Amino acid sequence: MSEQRHSSDKEHRAGTGQSPGNSYERTMLEAETKLRTIRAERIRRRLITAMGIGVLLFVTLVPFYWMVRTALTFPPEIFRNPRSILPPQWTLGNFMRVLGMVSAEEAVALGGTGQALGFFRSLWNSIIVTATITVGQVFFSACAAYAFARLRFPFRDGLFSLYVAALMIPMMVLVIPNFALIHELGWLNTYRGIVAPFFFMTPLAVFFMRQFFVSINKELEESAYLDGAGRLKTAFRIVFPMSMPAILTATIIVATTTWNEYLWMLVVGRDRAVRVLTVALGIFRQQTPQGAPDWGGLMAGTMLAVVPITIVFLLLGKHVVNSIGHTGFR
Amino acid sequence: MASQVPSTADGGQRRNSTGKATVVRKERRYKGEEVRAALYLIIPSLIGFTVFFFYPALRNVYMSLTDWDMLTDPEFLGVQNYVRLFEDRFFWNSLRVTVMYVIYNIPIQTVIGLGIALLMNQLKNSTAFRGIILLPWFIPNVVVGLFWLMLLNPLVGPVNLTLEALGLDRIQFLMLPQTALPSIAGINIWRHMGYVALLFFAGLQTIPNHLYEAARIDGASAAQSFGKITLPLLRPVMTFVVVTSVIGSFQIFDTVAVTTEGGPMRSTEVMIWFIFEHAFRRFNMGYGAAATMVLFVILVGFTFAYMKITRGSESHLG
Repeated sequence: MSEQRHSSDKEHRAGTGQSPGNSYERTMLEAETKLRTIRAERIRRRLITAMGIGVLLFVTLVPFYWMVRTALTFPPEIFRNPRSILPPQWTLGNFMRVLGMVSAEEAVALGGTGQALGFFRSLWNSIIVTATITVGQVFFSACAAYAFARLRFPFRDGLFSLYVAALMIPMMVLVIPNFALIHELGWLNTYRGIVAPFFFMTPLAVFFMRQFFVSINKELEESAYLDGAGRLKTAFRIVFPMSMPAILTATIIVATTTWNEYLWMLVVGRDRAVRVLTVALGIFRQQTPQGAPDWGGLMAGTMLAVVPITIVFLLLGKHVVNSIGHTGFR
Repeated sequence: MASQVPSTADGGQRRNSTGKATVVRKERRYKGEEVRAALYLIIPSLIGFTVFFFYPALRNVYMSLTDWDMLTDPEFLGVQNYVRLFEDRFFWNSLRVTVMYVIYNIPIQTVIGLGIALLMNQLKNSTAFRGIILLPWFIPNVVVGLFWLMLLNPLVGPVNLTLEALGLDRIQFLMLPQTALPSIAGINIWRHMGYVALLFFAGLQTIPNHLYEAARIDGASAAQSFGKITLPLLRPVMTFVVVTSVIGSFQIFDTVAVTTEGGPMRSTEVMIWFIFEHAFRRFNMGYGAAATMVLFVILVGFTFAYMKITRGSESHLG
């Protein structure tokens, strides 16, 4: 940069040397320098942005990569070769063990601890529980949300305030008495018991969808109603189809929240028959030897829990990303 | 979209009505068909709410006044559980640990989240970046805990191997009383920073550009416009982020459960872990319930205090 300025200085000296041209050239020169610093500033800014993004992507993605790498490594090699960036010795054995596709002796030969793993069952349980809760909760919450948003009925505002107040209650406050209730119903370690508290509603789902229904234009439903469609028909034929983006967002969030839930599932569903993935992983972690944990098995297990989410994310990620910031849905 | 959503409980109906007279008339009389439709729509959620939210919330208060092991009949104790809690040094320890966790977690998470949001704002199209950075938030806590259990492991974890390669000592992150809790806070910052960033990013988008232009013309530096424009206008988002993350952090459990189980030497025994141990390992249901009531009171108190101090839900943009 300084060299260039130097050469233009020389040009200037070689020129007319008269005062009017001189001041013109000086202004040009100043403008040019200014432009250059602005450009340099912009480049510097871009560089910082790019670096920041690079670091963040690295920090975010490395744990996922290391999970895949470890899950694909023959267990003894995990300890022998911890520095290898690629799996030191490739194997699918960890997955076969975790899914219960091999016998105990074979599992030991594959580098396992002989610990019994029924993750296939847990994967299935997670799918059933998540699907049931999501369908029920989103549907019933949407119905209630629509009534709160649009229909007039006695005690509406008071009832809605109660729902909103329930948002403040910490999960643990409800877990203890709900556990007692499920116990009294004899529903411990059943799908029913796991699903029941979340099947009909959560205050958050109702709140979120009500906020959406309040914000949409009333004209369409009003004209449908005036055409004699009836309130329920209007809701199901006009409003819900129209609100698919918001309902989809709610569905994704409810599904991932349920898929990720640990505490409630741990308390009411420890039995192998109904145990979901998070609980299976927690128990697996507890039982694995302290000094030399079965990292291969653990990471293969976590992959089972991560892959379905990643697939949903790849398909619907854009929608999720764009709706989350706007709604603050949690 | 967020700005269109009315935040008060009386939403659409009355707002759109034309005059005061119609409002009053409508309020007084309900139409039978409408009430019936509302009833059909509300009943399932009302059953769920009554049985699994309202009733248990009340029952929890009652349980906290009893001694109950779930095998024999509950015995009414009055406030004895609360007195016992007050004298239980492990309960105080769990309270202290939880508060420390919140102190480690929230400021760093908020600053990092805001930084990432500003970074996103520099990009023309940040959807892919936002997607990737949000991914950890979609992964179960249990899985995130297991990730980091391995990554921070002194023998096989890449974090320690990197430290060693840099000529530093290995750190037994989750196995030492001094480092275990900050490590858990770090793990949760990793999981939540993208989500927090996205909330801030959405907030940044609502700030009109002409404010920055006017500031630039008046000769304000980037730092000045950040301090005088960005931060004040982000206040509602800031409040939402701080309140919800503090409430969430007070209830941390999953990560502790799969990494340290409260150890070493109770250094990570957070409140929910304390409650979980009493209620579901020793089956002191009443004692656990009393502790949840304390947690509830703390959270409600915090929320109201924070709102009052910051008047956080108001924005200069109106």
